[in-house]
Formats: sequence, C-alpha cells, structure tokens
Amino acid sequence: MRMVRVFVAAALVAGFGLVTLSGAASAASAEKGAIAFKKYGCWQCHGFLGQGSVATSAGKVLAPDTLPYEAFSAFVRGTNRTMPPYREAVLPESDLADIHAYLSSIPKGPDYKTIPLLNN
Amino acid sequence: MARKNSRNNSHPDVDRRKFLTGVAIAGAASAVAPQAAGAATGQTTLPDGAPPPRPSALRPSAAVAAAETGTPKELVRKENGVPGSDFMVDVIKTLDIKYAPSNPASSFRALHESLINYGKNTTPEFLTCMHEESAVGMAHGYFKVTGKPLLTMCHGTVGLQHAAMGIYNAWCDRVPVIVIGGNDLDAAHRPPGVPTFHSAQDINALVRDFTKWDDTPVSPQHFAQSFVRMYRTAMTPPYGPVMMSLDAGLQQEPIRENGEKLYIPRYVPSSPPQGDTGAVKEAARLLANAERPVIVVDRAARTPNGIKLLVELAELLQAPVVDQGGRMNFPRTHYLNRPANVINNADVIIGLELSDFWAVVNSYIDNGDHGIGFNESKIKPGTKLISINSVELITKSNYQDFQRFQVVDVQMPADAEATLPALIEAVKSAIPNDRKAVYDKRGEAIRKASAEGHVNQRRLAALAWDASPISTARLSMEIYGAIKDLDWSLVASEGNVSNWPNRLWPMEKHYHWLGRSGGYGVGYGAPASIGAALANRDAGRFSVSIQSDGDLMYAPGVLWTAARHKIPLLAVMHNNRGYHQEVMHLQRLANFRDRVSNNGSDASPIGTAIENPDIEYHKLAESMGWWAKGPIKDPAALGPAIKEAVAVVKSGQPALLNVWTQPR
Repeated sequence: MRMVRVFVAAALVAGFGLVTLSGAASAASAEKGAIAFKKYGCWQCHGFLGQGSVATSAGKVLAPDTLPYEAFSAFVRGTNRTMPPYREAVLPESDLADIHAYLSSIPKGPDYKTIPLLNN
Repeated sequence: MARKNSRNNSHPDVDRRKFLTGVAIAGAASAVAPQAAGAATGQTTLPDGAPPPRPSALRPSAAVAAAETGTPKELVRKENGVPGSDFMVDVIKTLDIKYAPSNPASSFRALHESLINYGKNTTPEFLTCMHEESAVGMAHGYFKVTGKPLLTMCHGTVGLQHAAMGIYNAWCDRVPVIVIGGNDLDAAHRPPGVPTFHSAQDINALVRDFTKWDDTPVSPQHFAQSFVRMYRTAMTPPYGPVMMSLDAGLQQEPIRENGEKLYIPRYVPSSPPQGDTGAVKEAARLLANAERPVIVVDRAARTPNGIKLLVELAELLQAPVVDQGGRMNFPRTHYLNRPANVINNADVIIGLELSDFWAVVNSYIDNGDHGIGFNESKIKPGTKLISINSVELITKSNYQDFQRFQVVDVQMPADAEATLPALIEAVKSAIPNDRKAVYDKRGEAIRKASAEGHVNQRRLAALAWDASPISTARLSMEIYGAIKDLDWSLVASEGNVSNWPNRLWPMEKHYHWLGRSGGYGVGYGAPASIGAALANRDAGRFSVSIQSDGDLMYAPGVLWTAARHKIPLLAVMHNNRGYHQEVMHLQRLANFRDRVSNNGSDASPIGTAIENPDIEYHKLAESMGWWAKGPIKDPAALGPAIKEAVAVVKSGQPALLNVWTQPR
C-alpha cells in the first residue's frame, strides 16, 4: 500500500493532476492560508511560521525557501514517513494552495550573525 | 509483632490501643454532643450570636471523629521507655540523609514526631510537601545534582498511591529514593475509621514492580537492618527506589529490648558491578579495529568522573559520541559530540547504559498502512553492537521499561562507568600500531563536521526569532544570555523545546544538564527542578528550569514548598497552552482516518488544549510566595523580564515567568 500511495502522488505531480494543482496554486491566498495552516494543525509540528523542529518535523523547515507547489503538494498528499498524509477529503486542494501561499509569503528572518545571543 | 511486645511486657502499661479506645469514646461524645443539643433546642444561632456551623453532607462517624481529633498523649509519656521511632531516627541519622520531603500523615506520626523533636529536625530536615508525588520528584531531582538519596515518608495506602508515578519515574531513571510508608497492620488493635481505611496487608505490593527492594520490619532491630540494607541496595548501581512498610505500632510503642542490645549496622557502600574481563577485551578489539566506531550514551556518567572517562575513551578512538541525554555524559562543546545520524555509517557501535538499544539502531515510523507503524533499520548489515548496561541486572517483568529486544554481539550486564577504566586500558592495548594516522584523519573529519553543525544550529535558531508566541530557540537563548556568567544548572527542561539548550548551551559540568524524568510520567518537571534547586542552593549555584504548562498543573503546590523552604529557582515557562504531544497524536489519528480534527472552540483537538480560559501561571506562583511576571508574548520583552527575575533569584527567592511559546 505504501508503494501505491507514493505512486499516486508521483502520478499527480507528473500527469493531469499537475494542471489542476497549478491552477489552485495560482489563485491562492496567503491570508486564507494563514488561517488554514492553523485549522488543519500544520502549526503543531512545524511552528506558526513553518520554522520546524528537530523533535516534531525531523528538522524540516517549511519557510523561508518553501518547496515548489507541486513537490509540496505531492509530499503532503503521499507522505509515508514521519508526517501523516493529508488526503483531499480532509484538506481540499484550494486550502492546500492557500497554505502554500502563506508559507511562501513568510519573510526571511534575520541572519544569525546579526543576533548577539547567537554569537556569544 | 509490635503488639505482641506491648502485651507481653512487664512494665506498667498505658497501651496505645487501650489509650486510643479511650480517646475514641471521649472524642465521639464531644463531637456529637453540640449538634444534638442544637437539634433539641431548635437554636438557629450560637450563644455568641454567630450563625451555627453548616452541617456537612455526611456526618463523621464517632470513630472517624475520634481518629481525626484525638490527642495522642502517650507519645509524650516517656516513663514507658524510649519510643521505637527515636531509635529509628538514630538509625536514619547514621546515613547522613539531608532532607525528608514529605506530606504529613498519621500513619508515620510517631516517626515524624521523633524526627522533628528528638532528631532536632536536622539530617534529615523535614520539608513540607503538598503532594507525595512532589516529594518523590524533589528527591529525584536532588539526587541528580548531589548523588545522594533523600528519604520521603507517606501514608502507605493513599499517600503511596499519590507517590507511585514519581517512584516509577525514579525507577526508569535509575535514581535511588528511600520511601517509607506508614501502615497499621494490626486489625484487632488499630484505630477504626480513617486509620483502618489507610491500612493494607502489603502496601509495598503497589510499587514492588518498580522498586529494587522492599521490606516490612517487625522489630526495631529488624528496622535497623532493613533500613541500612535498603539504603545500600538503592545506592548500588544500577540505582533505584526502595520501599519500606513501617508499622505504626512499631514506630509508636516503647522499645522492649528483652535482653537483646539494639545496634545499628554500619553502612559500607557496595562496589558497582564491572564487566567481565574477556568481554571487555573483545569490545576493545572491535572498537580499536573499527573504521567508523560510534559511542552512544544515555545514563553512562553516574558521577562527574564518568564524563572524564568518556572523553578519554572518545579521544582515544577519535570516535563520535551520541549523548541521548539521560545524564550529562559528554561535553556539548567537544568536537566529538555529534548528532544521532552518525550511527548510520557506523561499523561498530558501543552503547553505554542505554534505556533502548533497539531504538538506537532502528526507526519506528508511526505512519504505516491503516495507521499501524512499521520498523526500519538505521544501520548497515554487519554492524557490530556492544552493550554495557547495568539495568540488565534488575530487569523485572510487569512494566515494560526494558523496551524491545535487541541482539548485540558483546553484552555486558555491568555498570558502564565502573567498566570504563578497564575498557580504556584494553583499547590502548588493542590499538594496532599502524592505525594512528587513520584515527587522526577520522578525528579531523569529525572536527570539520562539528564546526559546520555548530553554524547550522545557529542558522536554524534564527528562524522565527521575532515570532510571537516566542520561539523555543529564542526562549532558550534569552535564558542563557542572562545566566551565562553565573555558575548555572539547568535543573529541568520538561516539555519539548526542540532540545535547544542541548544544542546551543555550552554544557560541560555534570549539573549543567540533569536529564529527564525517566518514565515520561508528566508532572516530574516542577518537583524535580525544585529538588535539584535545593541541592544547588546548598552548593551556591544558580538554578533555572524550563517549565512546561501541563507538567506544572499536576501538583502546583510544590511551588509553595519552594517558597516556604526558601529554595531559589528561576522557572521560565514553556507555555504552549496544550498537552502538545497529545495534540499531535490526535491530529495524526484523524489524518490516518481521513477526518478533519474536531477542535471545538480551541486551537487543537478537543481534550488536548489548555486554554479558554488561559491559566495565569504567574498569579498562581505569586499566590504561593513566588516573584512572578507574565504572560510574556512579545519576544522583545523577554530578555528584560528574565534579567529582572535573575536578580530576584540571586537574592534567594524563587521566580517564575509565564512565557507564551511556539508549540515546539
């Protein structure tokens, strides 16, 4: 079953699904995405700004430098690793696109070299 | 047995049982009479004009009233001889136990009285606790700073039931705690009512599965032998909690020596179990000839010397060390301190006092088909595994703290720290002459990776630096910035802050990091940090904890204990407003089942949030004598608040900051 799930995700990225996903992504709203990010519980493991955690997201950082939408969506839909998958029945495509827009809108934070507490 | 003594002795006898019977009758009369009088006259006010007391829903029985209100006068009647509990105090004092954090209870009233009056309330000093779990947690934290156990006393039934989770944590964390449960076993003579509810045939059974040893002495001499034995058992590695059921009659009645002179056995520490010579040599041979050896440690350094020995072994082999953090095993500043993923390429792994070797070399992915997890190996086929683990010597059956079974190639059921000197010598002898250059090259590569890792940690810490709620990285580094010039000790970091202190603070001394609860019984952090802060107070150190919200609310009365006994501690809260581990579990299950999680009116699944209303922890702490401030949500306000709190703690007072934080 895990193999099947990965295959389906790959097919979405490679085939017809890509057109639909790209369409959703282009109409996405960062503002709505901030609400969806909380509603669907993304913040629980990734933090409110997608900063991630070694404890809950295997160190994965969602923002800044958010993945391209297709790769992002394929992972969310088909992950069989630490993160549980979000299928469309739970997280509609338009909401996922909004979440992606929200993450993409998060500005880059300060360089660690400019933070005295990180340079003592 | 104590009853037998009192009945057989030839002294003029004010028998404890007869006396209490008298109290019961008198007490019953005084408790019942006023109510009966009021009912007869139809009075609605008392003679002084005050309204009559409101009746409770259930009137106490005569026996209960007597038990609650009777005065135990026989305790001051010295003519009957030396109270058994005075001798018990003599025994306890020989072991130099500094404190006895306890919640008072009638089943050990005689011992309590002897400790504070006969024993002058020193060695041990009674510390008033508001929950037995807090008392055990304090003893737990204290030991991890000092290496010395504390005594805690409790009711053998209801008190021990409260204490049980703390004892389980101590068991899983290999920490000695001396527990005495009062019990009144003589059904024919013990007071009826409450004391009888609080008695049981075998109170020790409740914790037998997670204590190293327990006993029920039946004479003063038996007590002396058992107490010294239980202390020695607890303090022989692997350490662990021990339990004594102490009969109330035995405590209370005078000693009848019957011609036998009482004595106190001398405590002589046991030497810790050391690994077999042949197994040590084989382990050394494997390590010395490995291309990519890795040392994994959890509770390896029992003492500060354990840290030095580990550094010596790691440098000798130029092998990376993965410190799982059960104790402060290895300096975080050392270039050989490396993250867990270094084991992926290992060809030899030595695990020292690991609580779960299986999980070191395997992954459990909680994301299989139909929500059932699956396993994956993290290591290459043929990787040789060596284990030195004293816990193998005390494995029990019921509770599953022994974790999954892992086959290892060289298995030593022995104390790692005690075995390290022999292992180091054996490795020195086993290193081939032509391997020096290989070791040096390996060390250089690790040094370079360590420097890169250090930069990467800082880069990650900067993410969400200005976020509100405050990031756990910023929380950790604002704290460190305020205490770095002090002789500091991070006494507890319960609630996950993404391990930032271990990743960024330059921890080197044994008290810089004290590990975690052991059994993951939530509610450990607050009492353990106060117990550890007590130890640090006596050593002149500054204590800080990162206190999580859920943990504090199990038994917040321990805050009062800290204020009452003047234990300075800076508690900075990681208040993420939820039982966050459970928040994520519920979300995970909902995802597996293709359901949108029902969060009700909260931010997280129903039953997991701690909000609506938000708990004002700063007011809670303030009400119990702490200096406190909050809620702090603005990251720019955190540094100044911590600075203010540090000054308070340096003056000898506990201080708490209620900080709203990111989830992890």
